[in-house]
Amino acid sequence: MGLILFYILGGLTLVAALGVVTTRNIVYGALFLLVAMSGVAGLFVLLFAEFLALVQLLIYGGAIIIVILFALMLTRTTDFSVATEHRRWPMAAVISLALFGLLAGAAIGDSGDYNTYQRSGISIEELGKGLFENWAVPFEIASIVLLVALIGAIVIGRSGEEEGGEGDQG
Amino acid sequence: MILELAHFQILAAALFCLGLYGVLARRSAVMVLMAVELMLNAVNINLVAFSAFRDISIVTGQVIAIFVITVAAAEIGLALAVIMRLYRRRGTVNVDEIDWMKG
Repeated sequence: MGLILFYILGGLTLVAALGVVTTRNIVYGALFLLVAMSGVAGLFVLLFAEFLALVQLLIYGGAIIIVILFALMLTRTTDFSVATEHRRWPMAAVISLALFGLLAGAAIGDSGDYNTYQRSGISIEELGKGLFENWAVPFEIASIVLLVALIGAIVIGRSGEEEGGEGDQG
Repeated sequence: MILELAHFQILAAALFCLGLYGVLARRSAVMVLMAVELMLNAVNINLVAFSAFRDISIVTGQVIAIFVITVAAAEIGLALAVIMRLYRRRGTVNVDEIDWMKG
């Protein structure tokens, strides 16, 4: 049962990811990304990480896709319909396939060390305890990172008066 | 045949390599960003899978996955602001044409 669900969700995720990196229409790419993220959320459920699945759907499905769609709306250009890939894309494909071969070979070669374990869940209670006891300082740093990124995005995205000057590159 | 850790590892490797291909081959900066998100998700799958298949009392994998999602959210907001700025100034988001720092 778990294996069937894994193949369904994994296949959905991989097909959607392939769509993200090969589609010519950028908006379709964003929608494929939404499907891929949802598939990953399903895989998290399969790994008994319900909280992470929820967070995944909320942040990726909710926030990030919307932000990307807004960015696409505001930066729509026409020249990608004819040349969406770099002309050296076969080299990129070869590099990716080689890395996949390496990683998959390592995973299969090492599988004997780990596959004696059965997968088991962590309750949200334990997760929260771990997050706020052992990982309290990184948690606070993460909140500062978010604040800095927020302020930075506002400062960078704001239209300043120096706008439009092709010559100044400061 | 039961579900094993290697299944998740190979799936995560495939997802990571698809993302790598997108980063290397795509010309639109927004597409490159989406491919980076795919790579981050592959890392998350690996973290959660290792967490689930090992000792039940270890929450480290899931906690780091939460941090990865946090940083991904910060990254996408900042990067899209940069892309927006770039588009307003140069009129393009093609990463091949952005070569101001070429020596």
